[in-house]
Amino acid sequence: MASPGEANANVSHVEKKKKRPVRYWQGTEGKAKDDSKTEGQPEQQKRQQNRIKKKRKRDEQPDGGKKVISGKSDPFPGPPPIPKGKLEKFKRKGEIQKPLQHHYKLKDIITRSEEASEMAQKQAARFDLLLPEDAGFLEGDEDEDTCMISQEDIADAVDITSGAKHFNLKLCQFGPYRLDYSRTGRHLLLGGRRGHVACVDWQSKQLMCELNVMESVNDVKWLHTEHMFAVAQKKWLYIYDSNGIELHCIRKFNDVLRMQFLPYHFLLATASATGFLQYLDVSVGKEVAAICTKTGRLDVMCQNPHNAVIHLGHPNGTVTLWSPNQKEALVKMLCHQGGVRSVTVDKTGTYMITSGMDKKMKVFDIRAFKPLRSYFLPTGASCLSLSQRGLLSAATGDIVQVYRDVWSTPVTKPYMAHRVRGSVWGLGFCPFEDVLGVGHGEGFTSMLIPGAGEPNFDGLDANPYRSAKQRQEWEVKALLEKIQPELITLDPSELGYVDRATFEQRHQDRVEALGFDPLGKEKFVPKHKKKGRSSAAGIERRKRQVAHEDQRDVIRKTVEDRMKLEEERNRMKEKKAALSGKRSALDRFKK
Amino acid sequence: MKVKVLSRNPDDYVRETKHDIQRVPRNYDPSLHPFEVSREYTRALNATKLERVFAKPFLASLDGHRDGVNCLAKHPRSLSTLLSGSCDGEVKVWNLTKHECVRTLQAHEGFVRGMVVRHCGTSFFTIGDDKTIKHWKMEAPGYGEEEEPLNTILGKAVFTGLDHHQKNAVFATCGHQVDIWDEQRSTPIRSFTWGVDSFSSVRFNPVETELLGSCASDRSIVLYDMRESTPLKKVIMTMRTNTISWNPMEAYYFTCANEDYNLYTYDMRHLENPVKVHIDHVSAVLDVDYSPTGREFVSASFDKTIRIFPKDSANSREVYHTKRMQHVICVKWSADNKYVLSGSDEMNIRLWKANAAEKLGVLSPREKQAIHYSQKLKEKFQHHPQIKRIARHRHLPKVIYHQKNELKVMKEARRRKYVSSFIFFYFLQAAQGRNDGNPPLPSFKGEVAIWASARVKV
Repeated sequence: MASPGEANANVSHVEKKKKRPVRYWQGTEGKAKDDSKTEGQPEQQKRQQNRIKKKRKRDEQPDGGKKVISGKSDPFPGPPPIPKGKLEKFKRKGEIQKPLQHHYKLKDIITRSEEASEMAQKQAARFDLLLPEDAGFLEGDEDEDTCMISQEDIADAVDITSGAKHFNLKLCQFGPYRLDYSRTGRHLLLGGRRGHVACVDWQSKQLMCELNVMESVNDVKWLHTEHMFAVAQKKWLYIYDSNGIELHCIRKFNDVLRMQFLPYHFLLATASATGFLQYLDVSVGKEVAAICTKTGRLDVMCQNPHNAVIHLGHPNGTVTLWSPNQKEALVKMLCHQGGVRSVTVDKTGTYMITSGMDKKMKVFDIRAFKPLRSYFLPTGASCLSLSQRGLLSAATGDIVQVYRDVWSTPVTKPYMAHRVRGSVWGLGFCPFEDVLGVGHGEGFTSMLIPGAGEPNFDGLDANPYRSAKQRQEWEVKALLEKIQPELITLDPSELGYVDRATFEQRHQDRVEALGFDPLGKEKFVPKHKKKGRSSAAGIERRKRQVAHEDQRDVIRKTVEDRMKLEEERNRMKEKKAALSGKRSALDRFKK
Repeated sequence: MKVKVLSRNPDDYVRETKHDIQRVPRNYDPSLHPFEVSREYTRALNATKLERVFAKPFLASLDGHRDGVNCLAKHPRSLSTLLSGSCDGEVKVWNLTKHECVRTLQAHEGFVRGMVVRHCGTSFFTIGDDKTIKHWKMEAPGYGEEEEPLNTILGKAVFTGLDHHQKNAVFATCGHQVDIWDEQRSTPIRSFTWGVDSFSSVRFNPVETELLGSCASDRSIVLYDMRESTPLKKVIMTMRTNTISWNPMEAYYFTCANEDYNLYTYDMRHLENPVKVHIDHVSAVLDVDYSPTGREFVSASFDKTIRIFPKDSANSREVYHTKRMQHVICVKWSADNKYVLSGSDEMNIRLWKANAAEKLGVLSPREKQAIHYSQKLKEKFQHHPQIKRIARHRHLPKVIYHQKNELKVMKEARRRKYVSSFIFFYFLQAAQGRNDGNPPLPSFKGEVAIWASARVKV
């Protein structure tokens, strides 16, 4: 390296590059360097360091950390890691298979949409960490069974508002009771067999209305809001508002035994004693479908909340799956040896739990339609209900038992148990609360089941704390995005898949467009020869000859193709071998 | 015994006072939101329907001309200013925000053929049937002053088209030849001819500013470089081209409005084949103008409609028409990419929205977000048959509707004839033993090739 003085000597007035301006401290440094006679080296080192620094800046290596002005490095550089389980929860489907052809535009679109969905997934998973509430739980001391803990003990142990959620309504006059919680979990609807119908804001214990319909009541169901409910009475189906005023009497729906409301479709599905499954669109008041199931009295019914398919249980032990678009059952499953007493499906639409007259309770995987587990209950379960977090309640006579993890591990003991007065008639978990409602002969019991309810609700979907204004707004939006009944299928995400027209369909279109089948093979018709030379045996022989020739052609072609493939493979292998045999320029660095 | 039961404090979920906004706790767990796809589909369907409901593109009509509007000019600096020239030689300057005419001047005798505002926006040029080029100030003359052009050039022949250079004091006219003028001189600094013909329009390239394109009445489009003495390239089409317009973003593309009802987008570098043929008009296309983003262009036609085409689509995205609008002579896309202006035979200038369903005015952030979301949904589900049908539906005047069907039939007949002749030719070759496996003509469509080969095999 030339010293500054030398450089000055060479400078002429036609110099192309001007020397970079030198600061006073740099100048002294240079001098110092000259003094120490370590020419070039420090400069080089510095440059190298600079390069490394730059590289670090570019990569933002997580271990190195970014240097800030103060000289401290960030001990946790980069975005915080997200637990894998959390990410998995928000995953919608597997990676899309990219087309093999060189569709660069399509490829680009797919990659971009994948990136976007991945980002959304990560954001949702991050947001999951911020959810305010945790689920409830109940743990016994050692040598204490959770199922032995009584409701009173739990009510005493928890805070006062939660304790107040355990209560008994003594209604022995018009029992036994069926019940239904509204979708937000704020309101409770009770329907006594002998005509008593009441709706209650059960958390504030405020009675909204109470009436006696002077007829037997088979089932009660809330409609989309807490302002309307349907009551299946002795003969017809009635709709009341929350003041107890009769809004409609629907004579098209007779002898209804059980009802289910599909909230996103605004459909009320009813199963009647005459074997009819009917769908009522409550937003427009029209019957969408009436299906004669031809299986007799229908008194076991539930819905799959994942795909809005209705499950019906029959006295011959089968469970049938129905959609309003098809006159026949989508699926028929033989589940029990006796009749089916009760059916329920979990909210992800994966498991179905049935109980039958054979005193068994069975768990099925309804995506694969396969039995998973079978339990024997000494008295058999008359009512089943699943909570949002997967607790199963089963009513055996006058005892309500709650089970945990029925599908993943074989269960031997119930999680909780409680004896009510009179046999159980209706059972239902309250959404977003740790509460199980039990309707029985002597009235209604509200039980505390820790860990039953989903702790964090979504304010735009079902908000227990919504104001009247919010409810109105929600109602309008929900009605706007009412799903048409035609979209009820076993796989609800079917609409989102690419519709690959099947080969047959495409082929058919082509045949139509061309007027003939381009792939069709013409059938060989042997020529008719005269003078008795067209004997049946001769015709057959000629046919066989042609067929033989054709087959030989096919064989020849396949053999040729195979040879070609083989050759190609060999060539590739040779190429690879040649490449690997060659010494590369970088090989000298290998040890 | 250890127990915890869900117990929410309502204060965490309810707003404190009436003046606060409501609290909306969210939980994005997919199991709490079933039927994702079907609900999104329903939303997309609703958004598509609403788009059609709100599609009211017509904004205003500017009347005041006493003859058909023959040319329009955008102001390069002011969004609210528009200039228009009519068939009686009158030029009007409009204020678009107020929908009113701010200045009128009698520029020429006979038609005003072309008009262009200088890049600085302080003056503009007009040409007319009286063989003159006039240079006007943009400001109106003061009180008591007479309306006079800054400069008048008397040409030898009628001028039909005019365009100004992007930066320099140079402009181009066309008539019997394409002339390049210096603003300071009264004779052209350069003249181009290629054969004997007359030119109908000339346009400067917005990026390679020395390049020009022009279309001539001998069905050709000619490209020039201003720095050279001879024209660059020429392409001859089957029918005459009326106007060309350069894509302002990808300035190697230009689109020409043709008499054969179609528009053709060419790549300047490969003039052998057009990049895209834009069909859908049912009569001669008279004018075309690109949006400033270069993604779309608008075309005006003799069939009394305006159509908006995406630059790489054969079919139009939008068609605008009114009962009263006659043959549309000229059309411009505003510089803010929001409006389209059209001048037509029946003396009116019409102001349209470029995006028919767009909401004008200031949008609140939530509105913006909702629009964004619905736009994305529409995009996502655009190929579903019902949504596609609704999104594509446009009302057409009866005449145009029937003419369109008629054209379709004619086209189909032509295709059939072509195919049959093609197959005949193929067989002829096969019979003569000259078939080397390749079809002799470029295959019309994949189907034909399949058909032909199938027949040969039989």
